[in-house]
Amino acid sequence: MSETQHIEFSPAAMVEISRILKQYPADKQKSAILPVLHIAQQEFGGWLSVDTMDYVARLLHLQPIEVYEVATFYSMYNTKPVGKILIEVCQTGPCMICGAEKIISHIENKLRIKVGETTPDGMFTIKTVECLGACGYAPMFQVGEKFYEHLTEEKVDQILDQLKQEKLQEINN
Amino acid sequence: MGRKLLLEHLDKPGIETIDGYIQHGGYRSVEKALKKMTPDEVTEEVKKSGLRGRGGAGFPTGMKWSFLDRSTDKPRYLLCNADESEPGTFKDRLLMEKIPHLLIEGMITSSYALGCRTSYIYIRGEYMFILRILEKAIAEAYAKGYLGEKILGTGYSLDLYVHPGAGAYICGEETALIESLEGKRGNPRIKPPFPAVAGLWNCPTIVNNVETITAVVPIINDGGEEYAKIGIGRSTGTKLISASGNINKPGVYEIDLGVPVEEFIYSDEYCGGIKNNLELKACVPGGSSVPILPKHLLLKMSDGNPRLMTYESLSEGSFATGSMLGSGGFIVYDEKQCIVRNTWNFTRFYHHESCGQCSPCREGTGWMERVLHNLEYGHGKMEDIELLWDIQRKIEGNTICPLGDAAAWPVASAIRHFRHEFEYHAKYPHKVFDADHVYQPEMKMETA
Repeated sequence: MSETQHIEFSPAAMVEISRILKQYPADKQKSAILPVLHIAQQEFGGWLSVDTMDYVARLLHLQPIEVYEVATFYSMYNTKPVGKILIEVCQTGPCMICGAEKIISHIENKLRIKVGETTPDGMFTIKTVECLGACGYAPMFQVGEKFYEHLTEEKVDQILDQLKQEKLQEINN
Repeated sequence: MGRKLLLEHLDKPGIETIDGYIQHGGYRSVEKALKKMTPDEVTEEVKKSGLRGRGGAGFPTGMKWSFLDRSTDKPRYLLCNADESEPGTFKDRLLMEKIPHLLIEGMITSSYALGCRTSYIYIRGEYMFILRILEKAIAEAYAKGYLGEKILGTGYSLDLYVHPGAGAYICGEETALIESLEGKRGNPRIKPPFPAVAGLWNCPTIVNNVETITAVVPIINDGGEEYAKIGIGRSTGTKLISASGNINKPGVYEIDLGVPVEEFIYSDEYCGGIKNNLELKACVPGGSSVPILPKHLLLKMSDGNPRLMTYESLSEGSFATGSMLGSGGFIVYDEKQCIVRNTWNFTRFYHHESCGQCSPCREGTGWMERVLHNLEYGHGKMEDIELLWDIQRKIEGNTICPLGDAAAWPVASAIRHFRHEFEYHAKYPHKVFDADHVYQPEMKMETA
């Protein structure tokens, strides 16, 4: 997450992007913005810097503003840096009446940060999100592509410890 | 009861693979439609079935299909709305996650009826893990000749793609979905023109919910008339209900339209009653946007007869005493739940999700959220209740898309049916100051 990161998609990402571009008519390549921004966020530290968005704009032959206006509209795109592990906790009605608020305070207490903040070691960020479509399995949070459901305080402890260990191992390798 | 058209094979091992799916009768509707029926005959069956849009609006699907502009040379598109994000709704996720080929089969059969050469499934970005399941299933379908050029040796060809959103409730609105698929912000368009005339890339387009498209499969297999035999009146067929909240058995249930609400809540076949032996207090029967009903209005209609799980019965009494079937997002509240807190929570949701195009919605949702927050945290005044009523009334009907109405209805219905709780919050701020506060019986007694 250094200020001057080298921005270039990995070869694997480029293969994926050319596959995605084929899904839309040749003169409608702008449609690829959303899927390509998802890949960019994954490739470049979990968030979209202006440099990243400019890079995506060049790649898709668009004006930078066309990418900025999309990136700032959709809540899954982070336009500020986030921790290595982003915990997205659902706080909407059905989750709330099944104990989401207690889970959120428990995560805050455990990590000693508030919603919207990142731990000093850059490991965790807590974000509250609106309904993720898991109402019957509440309370829940999402990390990466994975849903963690039927949460209890004990389960949260276990999951967060495990995620941290996995991340540390990944970094050391 | 207990008949299942969509979820019958849910738990069969290997049903997520094309071989397992075909083993259980999968892709028969494609064979039948492409080899034995004309596109118009497929549409005719869907009309006969009485199928109504399962995303929430309940508009007759066959009629929607018949609006598709077939007079131009432009390509036509079928877009599957898999943006499922109405709070309380999680049925499409189950279908796509567990039986991905059912949706793909429905897309092929429906695209054939509409004359589409390319179709898209627009799935919410948070369901990226399901996008991967669908893409794997689509690759299998191409390999078996159900997608691509000259499907099953017929003259019909179709390409099917999955496109992810990125976290925006509004993209479940069909014109916002189209904008988003074009790579833009999800700002709804002014209608007309309707998508059926000028939709994706200005071409004739039909947008249908996941469950709607999967229902086309049994309709073509067994005939529209068979499908129409299930249910009551204009509510035909089966419906997936996402049950959540304070119940013993949350989950997705496929019901014959027409099951009594009381049976749905208390029967062990469905919700299994209220959790922790508490009393049922209220219910939002069709996703967060539809009016909340207290127990007595939920279980019985104004004539005293039991209320049923149908489009008509749930809306009986209109908004004075009724609600809507909506998306089938059935949220149940026990006696301890605070209605003011729930209303504040929903309003925050709509404020967060407002696209910002129309001032009544952009400003009104934020204003309601702040007023409700004050009430909930013990800083409210009695006049706030009238203020809230006034704001919601000025949002409803004054916006380009239905998000404004969706934000107004929960507030209006909560005040209409639970005014005493709002008054209690204004009158006894110190008693509601604690965020953990639960509904207290004296709330009702104060104003009774």
